Formats: sequence, C-alpha cells, structure tokens
Amino acid sequence: MPLGIGCTAKPGKSRNNKTGSWRVYYPVMDNAKCTGCGTCQLICPEGCITGSGKTLQIDLDFCKGCGLCAEECPDKAKAISMHLEDK
Amino acid sequence: MVDKSLELFDCGHRACGGCGASAAVRMILKGAGENTIVVSPTGCLEVFSTPYPETSWKTPWIHSLFENASAVASGIEAALKKQGRLGDEKVLVIGGDGATLDIGTLCISGAFERGHDFTYVCYDNEAYMNTGIQRSGATPYDADTTTTPAGVRSMGNSRPKKDLPQILVAHGSPYVATATMAYPMDLMKKVERAMNTKGPCYLQVHAPCCTGWGFDSAKTMEIGRMAVACGLWVNYEMVNGKLESVKKVKRVPVDSYLQAQKRFRHLFKPTRNEEEIAKIQAIADANAEKYGIDL
Repeated sequence: MPLGIGCTAKPGKSRNNKTGSWRVYYPVMDNAKCTGCGTCQLICPEGCITGSGKTLQIDLDFCKGCGLCAEECPDKAKAISMHLEDK
Repeated sequence: MVDKSLELFDCGHRACGGCGASAAVRMILKGAGENTIVVSPTGCLEVFSTPYPETSWKTPWIHSLFENASAVASGIEAALKKQGRLGDEKVLVIGGDGATLDIGTLCISGAFERGHDFTYVCYDNEAYMNTGIQRSGATPYDADTTTTPAGVRSMGNSRPKKDLPQILVAHGSPYVATATMAYPMDLMKKVERAMNTKGPCYLQVHAPCCTGWGFDSAKTMEIGRMAVACGLWVNYEMVNGKLESVKKVKRVPVDSYLQAQKRFRHLFKPTRNEEEIAKIQAIADANAEKYGIDL
C-alpha cells in the first residue's frame, strides 16, 4: 500500500498556521541584557525562539504571548519584557 | 548526550499559550532524538499538533485510537525487529493521562507483559483537558473538574490519584521514572535513558495545564516546581523495581501550591477548609515518607 493513502502530511506543515494572531501581550528581547543561558529557547511551548548564544530572536509570527520566557528569564538578566499589543 | 538544539516539534500547533504539554513534548523529543517513531493516542496533544492536513511533527508520527497506542507501538516494534532496524530506530508513545491511566491501561499492560522494546511517556495534566476538563484517574484529590464540580455537597474529586508507575513496576519494567517539565534537563536525561534501556519503559511527566487548572499562562514552570517543592509530585527513577534516585526537597506546606490554582479555590473560599487541606497535606507527607524526599 503506497503511503499517501490515509491521512499523511508533510513534516512541520503546521507552520502554515500563524498563531501569532492569538497574542494579547508581545515579548521584547533585550539582547544587550541577555546572558545566553538558553532557558527561554528550551522552555518555549511554541519553539519559536531561534538563534543561539546571546543573539536569540523571538518569531512573532508564532509567539502566542504566554509570557513564560519573560517569567523564567533568570533574575540577573531579565532580558525579556511583555507589552500589550496595540490592536 | 541530549542535543538541546534539536527541534522535532514545529511552530504553528494549536495548544493554548503557556501549555505545559507542548513544552514537555519539545523536551521529550530532544531527549529521544531523531531516529524515533512516535505513536500518540487521542488527547490534547494529538488534537493540537495535527489538524489535518497540517502537522507539527518532524518525526514519523502515527495516531490511532484512545485505547490502543501501546498495541500500535508493539506492532511497529515487532516490524522493526523483523527488518533488523530496531536499535537504530526506536519507538516512543506520547500520550495524555486519560489515554494512559484510564482508557489505554489494558493495552499498556499487555505490551509491558509481552516485553516489547519501546518507551511510553505520559504527559500528566491531571484531567481530560481536550474535551473540557473531565476527571481522569490522574486527577488529584479534591480537584474541581467539570465532572467532579466542587459545591455545597462536594469538595471536588473524591478519589486519590492512581499510581500507574507502581503498577508498571509490578509488571517488571526495567525502567520506570517520573519527571516534570519544570525541570527540563532532568526530563530530557530520563527520556534519553528510557529510550536506551531495552524493554518496555515508562515515564510519567507532570505537565501543568493553565486552562484546566486555572493559573496564569506565564506560571506553568513555577506551578510545576511548586508541586515538587510541596511533595505532591515526586521525581524518582526505579530501575528493575528498585528506587535508584529521587529528587530531595526542603518541603513546604501544600497551601501555596493549592492556592495558586483555581481548581482548588473552593478549599480557601469562602473560608479555609482546614480538614480537607490537612487530608491533602497527609498525601504529601505519605509521599515524603514512601520515597524519602525530605532533605
């Protein structure tokens, strides 16, 4: 039976769905304050924080604005802040 | 070694903002590695990650029914074995607590008894969140759910949480562990160890649900840490039936953990219910004694 019968989908095709529109608060990353610990990147439920070291970027196409990254950013850095969307 | 930069679960899934399960799944896949075939029973994870024709998975992924994920995994394992591919490729089941502790228990028991080489990971958000927060076998004592509503004549869920890890230890599983998404490194290491252990392994992962439990989406990790700190969730590893490691904590009273969640607010409003809180504290004390978590 060839694959294709049944319901198959290409890997990562959910990227068509831009969940950023759900957001109420948006995060702002201050790369100058970032210590590059990578906590935000590891714990983001979306996996929308890209880059490495101290040059991390948040992909606002997908960020739902949960605020977990800002909350968990270590106290000595606090590089991420949340702001109300102007919609 | 766990590759933290490995991304096998893509953006665009429909989980709530701050979802503990989706964060846990990202970590689980980092621990499991690329050469993994994932099986998911029905549940929040299946629904939010794969609205056809889209999928967030970058690994081979199969969904069948609520009850038979471990039977499907058994079949995949048997096929890989026959083709001589088992070892390079591994089978992983990721299911919710409803599919694991209630509906799928029969098939899990069968697969563990037959001794298939696969890993079953349960992300435990302590109720059927996908269908609207109904009580499951994993719902803790006194939690308010839509099928165990707290009110004048009820204090919420009247039964304690089912201890599935111990049931699977009794099946002779070589590796049974519990973890929480609030401690990512520990979780990833345990998944890696389970995947590299021959035989049926089980991992139960605490995954706070901001929608079902009623807390702010930014507090998911903090709630997870509070559960460990008060002793209502114990992180341990059991190898061949023997307790090998346990996370020791300086225990705090359960009050702060309960007060942080709306599902327990009936214990504090209109007046503090000392009797019920003492019962929950007794559960934490019993955990502490059983696993020796006190520092």
